[in-house]
Amino acid sequence: MTSLAHTAPAAAPVRSGLWNFLVRLFRDKPLGAFGFVVCVVFLFCGLFADLLAPYGFNQISPINRLKPPGEKYWFGTDNLGRDMFSRILYGAQLSVIIGLSAAALATVVSVVIGVVSGYLGGKFDMVVQRFVDGWMAFPDLVILIVVVSVVGPGMGPVIVILGLLYGIGGSRIVRGAVLSVRENAYVHAAQSTGASLPRILWKHILPNVMAPVIVLFTTRVGAVILAESGLAFLGLGVPPPAPTWGGMLSGSGRAFMYQGPWLALAPGLCITIVVYAINVFGDALRDLLDPRMRGSR
Amino acid sequence: MTGARLLSVKGLSTEFRTDRGTVRAVDDVSFDLAAGETLAIVGESGSGKSVTALSVLRLIPTPPGRISSGEVLFEGRDLLKLDEREIRAIRGNRIAMIFQEPMSSLNPSLTVGLQIAEPVQLHRKAPWAAALDKAGELLERVRLPDARSRLSSYPHQFSGGMRQRAMIAMALACQPQLIIADEPTTALDVTVQAQILALLKELTRAANSALILITHDLGVVARYADRVCVMYGGRVAEMGPAREIYAHPRHPYTIGLMASVPRLDQEAGSRLVPIEGQPPDLSRLPPGCAFQPRCRFATERCRVERPPLVSTGPDHLSACHHHDRLGA
Repeated sequence: MTSLAHTAPAAAPVRSGLWNFLVRLFRDKPLGAFGFVVCVVFLFCGLFADLLAPYGFNQISPINRLKPPGEKYWFGTDNLGRDMFSRILYGAQLSVIIGLSAAALATVVSVVIGVVSGYLGGKFDMVVQRFVDGWMAFPDLVILIVVVSVVGPGMGPVIVILGLLYGIGGSRIVRGAVLSVRENAYVHAAQSTGASLPRILWKHILPNVMAPVIVLFTTRVGAVILAESGLAFLGLGVPPPAPTWGGMLSGSGRAFMYQGPWLALAPGLCITIVVYAINVFGDALRDLLDPRMRGSR
Repeated sequence: MTGARLLSVKGLSTEFRTDRGTVRAVDDVSFDLAAGETLAIVGESGSGKSVTALSVLRLIPTPPGRISSGEVLFEGRDLLKLDEREIRAIRGNRIAMIFQEPMSSLNPSLTVGLQIAEPVQLHRKAPWAAALDKAGELLERVRLPDARSRLSSYPHQFSGGMRQRAMIAMALACQPQLIIADEPTTALDVTVQAQILALLKELTRAANSALILITHDLGVVARYADRVCVMYGGRVAEMGPAREIYAHPRHPYTIGLMASVPRLDQEAGSRLVPIEGQPPDLSRLPPGCAFQPRCRFATERCRVERPPLVSTGPDHLSACHHHDRLGA
């Protein structure tokens, strides 16, 4: 490999991948960089909620009921005198866990169904896609409510159900991408070199559908957090006293909206900002990870 | 014939199911290929030349395509009877293929080195570092400037000619006995075309690999092929040694093709003679000779009776009822 070192100046300068990526993110995609920063803050809050929160999420202080945001209680207190800021931080923790794991599950399900069904085509594809059609014909909420009422609420079931729900629907997007990618000459070329089916799927199809898959994943994180909030709103999410953002919005937030608007505003704004940030970050990620854009500037 | 028989295609027919019925893209095609020989398959779009090549490696998408009959004997084994695993062991290893679009034949998400090393790793079970090293050596052999540092480049950083060189390197990776090049230069600049073909010819000769060159460019054929197979409407129209076909074409279609190509020894200002009419619709071939509607020499017999492929000289076959009248 000594010859490589000699000729290195001819190729693009190779820097550490992550650093290079961050430089390009902040230089080329300011909005994506904003999303990235928010995501990092969100992750950080979620991971270290126990250390950051000034109060316990369920620590009540009846004398300080419904205090507006101030020096002592940054986001105010709710109807039981619980510190909203602490509850938001713990809520971030739950949202991180549920959002990331359900979105990851959904993406894996989408990719497996979409890639196999799209690449194999024919009767197999027909049968699988009719099943997906049937699945998508049910409104999401109906499936969620039915399954949650059968298996009971809780974090585990919510993650699995949301993962499957969005995974099966999202497989359509991956399949569409695979349908166009598999017609490319390099897939035929790979066949002509004697590559096996798993190898073709893994090395030639999957890397070329990563752009929609990444976007799918990031939009799913947002969608899952929203859906979990919706479930919590209906009382079918992670049961109280766990402080989910959706639960806060629907519980004290709705009941005491007029006495303490901050009860609804704090979780509502958090959901909005985080979901938006994840989406713009995902967009930037897709653009930056496309090898055709590498070194183009 | 320069050596032992390497590939023998017998009565190959490939059909495609379409909305308008079954189309026979390749109809009863037979040819032989000796080790180290270069065979050019010539024909216009839709003549079945690419499908013939794909059928040899069983790369026809099924459905809608189907190889309906025939044998493809390669080193004594019928490729059409092998199971999936056995045919995969041949693809890229004993028989390699070069496709016509270098711009899209390389995976845009993987580095060039990785893609060239892939067949080496796959068929030679070489460790990754050795395969990558071999890829560098191959890129040097196809005379890519700065070959080793190019291993970590992505295909979009290559020009068309460089990509086709990379494709040739990939095809040569396992020292195949046979390379099938499907219009390898169609998408390239004329000057690059000549370089690529010369390189391909030189490298196949050095490795003593046989080459099937699929093209519609007769100029290519004249320079690089030992033998020529002219296809029309999915059938073989004429086959023979390249020199012989040029000197004494025995099929009106071949004659027409040659008249439609510009030549240096032509009188200045003289017009090219196009072949009148359209290529045939494969789903509605006439009962007799497929070329008859466009043929100057056609007679009543051509309309009703399909001309068989008959010998018109040593190693020279023609599918024309009037081949003896054409020789002049």
